[in-house]
Amino acid sequence: MTTNSIQVTAAPDHSLPGEPVETRTVGQISVQQPVLSARAVNIFYGAKQAIKDINLDIGLHSVTALIGPSGCGKSTFLRSMNRMNDTIPGARMTGRITLDGEDIYSGDQDVVQLRARVGMVFQQPNPFPKSIYENVAYGPRIHGLAVTRADLDVIVQSSLQKAGLWSEVKDRLSHPGTGLSGGQQQRLCIARAMAVDPEVILMDEPCSALDPVATARIEDLIDELRDKYTIVIVTHNMQQAARVSQRTAYFHMGELIEVGATNQIFTNPGHRLTEDYITGRFG
Amino acid sequence: MLTSTLLLILIGCSVAMYFVGRSRSIALVGGRSGISKLNSLPGHYGLWVAAWCLLPALAIVLAWNALGHRLIVSAVVSQASSVTAPMSPGQRSLLLSDIQNVEDGTVPLALASPSVKAAAFELRRLEQLSHSAVAVLALCVMLLAGGLTWHRLSPTVRARHAVEKVFRVGLAACSTLAIFITIGIVASVLFEALRFFHLVPVTDFLFGTQWSPQMAIRADQVGSSGAFGAVPLFLGTLVISVVAMGVSIPIGLFAAIYLAEYANRRVRAIAKPLLELLAGIPTVVYGFFAALTVGPLLVNFGRVIGVAVAPESGLAAGLVMGVMIIPFVSSLADDMITAVPKALRDGSLALGATRSETIRKVVLRAALPGIAGGVLLAVSRAIGETMIVVMAAGLTGTMTANPFRSVTTVTVQIVQLLVGDSEFDSPKTLAAFALGLVLFAATLALNFIALVIVRKYREQYQ
Ligand SMILES: Nc1ncnc2c1ncn2[C@@H]1O[C@H](COP(=O)(O)OP(=O)(O)O)[C@@H](O)[C@H]1O
Ligand SMILES: [Mg+2]
Repeated sequence: MTTNSIQVTAAPDHSLPGEPVETRTVGQISVQQPVLSARAVNIFYGAKQAIKDINLDIGLHSVTALIGPSGCGKSTFLRSMNRMNDTIPGARMTGRITLDGEDIYSGDQDVVQLRARVGMVFQQPNPFPKSIYENVAYGPRIHGLAVTRADLDVIVQSSLQKAGLWSEVKDRLSHPGTGLSGGQQQRLCIARAMAVDPEVILMDEPCSALDPVATARIEDLIDELRDKYTIVIVTHNMQQAARVSQRTAYFHMGELIEVGATNQIFTNPGHRLTEDYITGRFG
Repeated sequence: MLTSTLLLILIGCSVAMYFVGRSRSIALVGGRSGISKLNSLPGHYGLWVAAWCLLPALAIVLAWNALGHRLIVSAVVSQASSVTAPMSPGQRSLLLSDIQNVEDGTVPLALASPSVKAAAFELRRLEQLSHSAVAVLALCVMLLAGGLTWHRLSPTVRARHAVEKVFRVGLAACSTLAIFITIGIVASVLFEALRFFHLVPVTDFLFGTQWSPQMAIRADQVGSSGAFGAVPLFLGTLVISVVAMGVSIPIGLFAAIYLAEYANRRVRAIAKPLLELLAGIPTVVYGFFAALTVGPLLVNFGRVIGVAVAPESGLAAGLVMGVMIIPFVSSLADDMITAVPKALRDGSLALGATRSETIRKVVLRAALPGIAGGVLLAVSRAIGETMIVVMAAGLTGTMTANPFRSVTTVTVQIVQLLVGDSEFDSPKTLAAFALGLVLFAATLALNFIALVIVRKYREQYQ
């Protein structure tokens, strides 16, 4: 099975989520309950095209893994889903990405609201130079989610609990977040993202700076969070993708080569490039 | 032979020996292809030979320059004075200056006494002799040491380590010198200040509220006996510094935020150098700007709103000084803001914070210790500034915290005390050293605090 299958039908541009699309991607790009869906997305840095005509749905309450060799555009695509690419001078995008059916790049979309609904966790843990408490309280304060201090306490505690960090830090909430270990810092960043109660959490190689024990904790956490959140995770670790995700998308040089159920991608890839990558022939 | 000529010859020879040593080391291993058989690189051998050539000879010349002249002079003076009765140190130094004046022609030969004349001739003869002797000695040592080293040069010599050692010693010597110079300056200020405190009690100086340092120079002169209470000066310094910081901190900081966070590359490329141009204006220009433009402006403005503003006021000086300091604050703050990792900004933006929320709550927060350190450095600069105050704030030590009145500062008074004719050991002159000591202690403390803060900030991100 090494040829590009082409799924024919409607025009690529203005199709609705769920509708079949013409695409060179192997596998089913659409899902039953899409939360985010990208159609005909191209992203450029200046004159250089980093993402080429990508169509992909992200399913509700599941973990979608984006894999591929480095420089293939995984981070770029991930960042386009909460418009973090807007902060990069010279970055430009065409196509359409919808969140619950609304175009997130349309003129009346408020970026502030969007980012509250689509949270993000970065490759390097990046706690603010503030206390653990203030790190988690940052988002709720900005969005006015808590009226009283007691409300805020509740949000902070439940976020830290969801991130599995509460028992470790409950006695030192006023200590600086930068004083935690790398793995704890990363869980603090996850707690911080969850404190604004997002629908989707984007994670860009969240474990690449962590040791195996801390990595295992984060992976368990991701598995638990799947009940309530929709998660998209970029990883270059294929075991990790196999362990935590239900759906996997394989990127190659800015193109989405193949997407499908994780176990199918890893046991029976439909495209030659995917197969080469997961068998370690390059990457 | 002149010392400078001698030094030039020594340096020239050792440069030549560098090339000689280099090529000999290459020749010893049979050409460039054999370089890997050398213990060190050819350049190291060159430096090694050159160092042996130069340093011992240089040491001789320097030692003789430091000691030889003094030895000769004391020999000549004791010979001349042995003719007469035993002399006090004062008379000895008088005799010495007589002799030297004759020797270098300041005093015509005809006017000198015979014994002084003889001594002057003797001095000149000995000096000439010693110069030639040193030159010969240095050249011999150079040839000997250079030749020996050249002879010892072999592929197994660890020239690399020898050169390393020479560099280490040289660097250590430079830093030791700098430290000793600092210690010397501090000690001289300290000792003079102590002499002042013998005449005027420390408590009167530090807590007295009246400053009028004019002293009667002659016993019969009508004049004040001098009051050395420095509080008005401290207060004046404080007023002007506060005004200056009140101008420079907000403007400098906001300019830095704009340049670092909002301005595009073109604006930044133009605005940043323009802003830093402010730092290049000589303070005397700021001074007359303050005195001739800002001062009268403030007087008129004060008249309009019904506040009495003196033509020379702490406010005028402080405002202009503040403008002068803006680039210090802004370029330091700019460095600190741009040093905040992009990851922190992204973290905040990804939580839905706006640009300004991110700047206020994350970027400035992270850069704050660094900015505070920069501001403290700027404060110590403001305290040390003299020219603007002389021209725009006045010279009288008024006991007031009112910026609309004429005040004066510590540095200005130091200048005041030392210009004009006065004895070197009068309290008036010595008071300058006491003020200098206070100023030194204050700026040292500020710099120390600033450095501690900046260092702490650095640690946070490494
Ligand atoms: N800020 C940027 N400016 C210019 N080019 C970029 C930028 N970020 C990424 N790129 C380029 O876009 C391509 C995709 O990068 P990225 O999305 O970071 O890949 P991945 O995360 O898969 O390693 C790469 O070729 C990279 O060089
Ligand atoms: Mg990446």
